[in-house]
Amino acid sequence: MDLPDAPALLDKLIDQTRTLLAEEPTEALIVVGIHTGGLWVAEKLHQALKCPQPLYSLDISFYRDDYHSRGLNPKIRGSQLPNDLDNATVLLVDDVIMSGRTLRAAINELFDYGRPSRIRLATLLDLGRRELPIQPDLTGGRLHLEGQDRVKLQGPSPLRFEWQNLNRAT
Amino acid sequence: MHSKPAGASFTAPNVQLNDAGKLKHFLTTEGLSPELLTDILDTADSFISTQNRSIKTVPILRGKTVVNLFFENSTRTRSTFELAAKRLSADILNLDIATSSTKKGESLQDTLWNLEAMHSDMFVVRHSDSGAAHFIASQVTPDIAIINAGDGRHAHPTQAMLDMLTIRRNKGRFEGLVVAICGDVLHSRVARSEIQALKTLGVAEIRVIAPKTLIPKDIEDLGVRFFSNMDEGLKQVDVITMLRLQKERMQSALLPSQSEYYKLYGLSQERLGLAQPDAIVMHPGPMNRGVEIESSVADGAQSVILEQVSNGIAVRMAVMAMAVSGQQEARKAQSES
Repeated sequence: MDLPDAPALLDKLIDQTRTLLAEEPTEALIVVGIHTGGLWVAEKLHQALKCPQPLYSLDISFYRDDYHSRGLNPKIRGSQLPNDLDNATVLLVDDVIMSGRTLRAAINELFDYGRPSRIRLATLLDLGRRELPIQPDLTGGRLHLEGQDRVKLQGPSPLRFEWQNLNRAT
Repeated sequence: MHSKPAGASFTAPNVQLNDAGKLKHFLTTEGLSPELLTDILDTADSFISTQNRSIKTVPILRGKTVVNLFFENSTRTRSTFELAAKRLSADILNLDIATSSTKKGESLQDTLWNLEAMHSDMFVVRHSDSGAAHFIASQVTPDIAIINAGDGRHAHPTQAMLDMLTIRRNKGRFEGLVVAICGDVLHSRVARSEIQALKTLGVAEIRVIAPKTLIPKDIEDLGVRFFSNMDEGLKQVDVITMLRLQKERMQSALLPSQSEYYKLYGLSQERLGLAQPDAIVMHPGPMNRGVEIESSVADGAQSVILEQVSNGIAVRMAVMAMAVSGQQEARKAQSES
């Protein structure tokens, strides 16, 4: 099975975001990318949309639900967010969505910065296999995975998807 | 339950680390790699950003129980650990051991095993005996993360690391820096931990400035330069750490008088002028204004003393989160083997 072309998905995602913003005009869209892959995608979106607000980032290390089994993330990068997200419209961006757990943690963290009026979710690739009821509003594409396969985005330039299954020959 | 802590077989076992080399106790800065100290600083940096929000807590230690075990009084250190634990969403219990069951004849070991049976996850230990935290971590409750909050004259590693964080945030580096530690080095666990951390992180030069009576006699073996003349010692330094002059030392024969001490070793505005123009001034607190430091210096533009207090919360949050994580890893590795 071939992996999708990341730049092509990015173009689709940018188009979708433009359409959404036309339907839901917002003066001060806050674009937030989740470390690390999500931030790369967010950077491109932020650039393409010419957002006047700075680009923000989210590190969910302190909000993960598997701290008890996996411990603390060895390399924490920290979150860069406005101190007050009250009434903000946030475009939350991640590279891939699968279980939905990363995004659950991300949304929880956003709420510790205030009460946004709206959060929209954009992902470059949707891998299905959801464990939580969280769906992206915008997605570049979908991919059905077999068995233990995992997909990871490499970047920042060029953006490229890569298999993560140890059993699979590269 | 009280299994012997494992150490790497090819190096001297470090009781603070799990088999993967991660922190599972935090007892001393001695013997920790520059990478690990940098990890602590990086993690603390991430916690600093959470401390400027209106909601300052993060959920990472939710459901964990931290016990502050203070065998020696220290309101300030205890409150910063308490605040750090609360901001990690842990439950915290403050035990003032000096006034509790040990007075009724219960042995320390029994007290600790009782607390372990209550499913505590971490003990923050302050003790007047050097090595107390190490003893608890290695002999009594190795499966509980132990954080040393000061033991005798031995170590005060979180204070040292909050100073390192303050230096890094102000200077952006350790390479090339000249750091002076001034005052009662002899009785200072802060100085000892600080010297180890500064050496590991690779500053250019560490100076200690003090009267000969307040310096351990083998001080230069630690790789520091000793100055009994403060004006000489302060020349061109980038960082000045003042230590508190403990009043009780005045009563002993170690020092002439408070005013004499201030004249020779007080950090005045004039003396500060001998250091680099952008030198920073640190003090672990509580400070005696007019004894070791002039008030205008303590409140001046080069003082980072209150920043140290804020950084102290972040550093304590970092080592607490890392040690609980290291314990979990060790348990997981044990159950898998």
